[in-house]
Amino acid sequence: MLQPLAQNIIYGILIGALYGLAAVGLSLVFGVSKFLNVSHGELLMLGGYASFWVFKLLKIDPFLSIPLTIIFLLLIGFIFYRLIFSRLIKLEVEKKIQNSLLVGFGLSTILQNVALRLWTADDRSITTAYSGLSFELAGLRLPAVRLISLAISVVALISLQIFLKKTFTGKAIRATVEDWQSASLMGINIHRVYLLAFVIGCALAGVAGTLVSICYSIDPSMGLNWTLKSMVVMVLGGLGSMIGTFVGGIILGVTESATAFFIGGNYRLIAGLLLFLIILIFRPQGLFGTKEGDR
Amino acid sequence: MKKNLSFVIALVVTAALAAVPLFVKKDSLLTYLCMILLYVSLASSWNILGGYTGQVNLGHSAFFGLGAIATRLLWFAGWNILLAMLVGGLLAIAFALLIGSPAFKLRGAYFTIGTLALGQILYATVGNLFPQISSMPVQDLISYTLVTRYYLFLAVALITVLAATLVANSRWGLGMMAVREQEDAAESLGVNAFQHKLLALVLSAFLAGLAGGAFAFFQIGYYPQYPFSPIWTLDSTMMAYIGGTGTILGPIIGAIFFVVLKEVLSLNLAEFHPTVFGILFILVVLFLPGGFMGLWKRIKDKQQKKRESMAELSHP
Repeated sequence: MLQPLAQNIIYGILIGALYGLAAVGLSLVFGVSKFLNVSHGELLMLGGYASFWVFKLLKIDPFLSIPLTIIFLLLIGFIFYRLIFSRLIKLEVEKKIQNSLLVGFGLSTILQNVALRLWTADDRSITTAYSGLSFELAGLRLPAVRLISLAISVVALISLQIFLKKTFTGKAIRATVEDWQSASLMGINIHRVYLLAFVIGCALAGVAGTLVSICYSIDPSMGLNWTLKSMVVMVLGGLGSMIGTFVGGIILGVTESATAFFIGGNYRLIAGLLLFLIILIFRPQGLFGTKEGDR
Repeated sequence: MKKNLSFVIALVVTAALAAVPLFVKKDSLLTYLCMILLYVSLASSWNILGGYTGQVNLGHSAFFGLGAIATRLLWFAGWNILLAMLVGGLLAIAFALLIGSPAFKLRGAYFTIGTLALGQILYATVGNLFPQISSMPVQDLISYTLVTRYYLFLAVALITVLAATLVANSRWGLGMMAVREQEDAAESLGVNAFQHKLLALVLSAFLAGLAGGAFAFFQIGYYPQYPFSPIWTLDSTMMAYIGGTGTILGPIIGAIFFVVLKEVLSLNLAEFHPTVFGILFILVVLFLPGGFMGLWKRIKDKQQKKRESMAELSHP
């Protein structure tokens, strides 16, 4: 009983890291520009397919192709921002969230449809020579690819944190999160910051997508659930806290795997969403976030 | 005068729709009309909460699905279909009341994502509880007539549009629109925002539940999970937006446009229907907040202005 439970929780932590990574991108974009991009899950899907095809056609190792995925998603993010999201900048906050959400839905419908037509509804996953490798620790199995993915997620998170804390551009982004009007008065180009945050968010989704296609599987209709998971994690972690968001991801992962263990695998998604609703209603600022008013 | 005119037009359209089965004998065309009527019901019922009250509900499929599942089960158990549909609508109301008070604690976008999560919870749960396909029993299949289904869809669509019209033109409707424009200002003028939102939600849920019931009576075989799919919500939302939210005609036009476009595209681009519709939806949200109805109003206003300035010129 205890052994399988521990194994389950480890799996939960490993997938939770990916939830965290996916959510950090969504949270960054939302924090900076108040765009709630619900096509985030579809961007993740695109990242997954990009690595899948690069691996399949060019035989490039998926972990090594991550920089390519990043470039691809930066480009896609740039196009979407220029074509669509940049037109929402001038709206007041409430309207901005609402409309970005609606536009995001239109976008996710399109991306899902296109992916379905181009790549069929089949589940795809990347199987490398080392996919089956795993370590044993105190009788618990630790699959190698998932461990590497955990490491990459942590590295991505730390680099983002360093970028935001240490560099000039990163500080400009954080200033915009705190108070865009003052930031703008200090000479920060808000539009640039919005664009930058948006494309970084897309790139993070892309990396997460690659890792998902290596450790689990991808299909054209995966987007909505990943968006929902990212939103769950975002409210769990509270806005503006990258570490909180990452921890939120792990909490969601463990909650899901505990649900799968005690109730049944089919109820993983439901447990996460219930958690989401409860937090949304009782603690809208999230578990690690600060109270409203300083946003 | 204008009110009388639209009343007469509505009456004529209703009579024409009621007479359709007398002339149209082709099943494919009748099915096509059934789909239009179903989408009119869905988009119009969504519009009561989303358009008039401004609460963008992304869990609409939950009400549609609840109506469908209750109706299907009771109808197969030997109930009269109308009674079964009524129970389906009431089940949707019960769910609306259950979620109403926590959901409306959330404002704006939080309400929207909250309802999205609710819809997905129901979708997944029903999929877990009823994994088997639901097929019509043989005796029902033998007595299956499309005309009955058509009239049922017509009745639901008429009830929905009528209910929306009555509410929109009442005191309650004004209150809902006030809540949509500025919730705090409406409250300060003595409009109980929560009550208005709840009424809109309950009405919207009931009508969507009826539409679900009609769907359960129409569709021969489907997975019970299917009516709960987020696709229904998205389609309703997009139709209402493209036609024009917060108007009676908007969702109707949106629904007709949706089905007709699907048919037109089926000639060579059938598989990309969602893409085309998604692009249109984005364009409407970005550039044409009032949808087709808003565009129409803008054109009319411009002509009116032109006429006024012409009149000024001729009578200096």
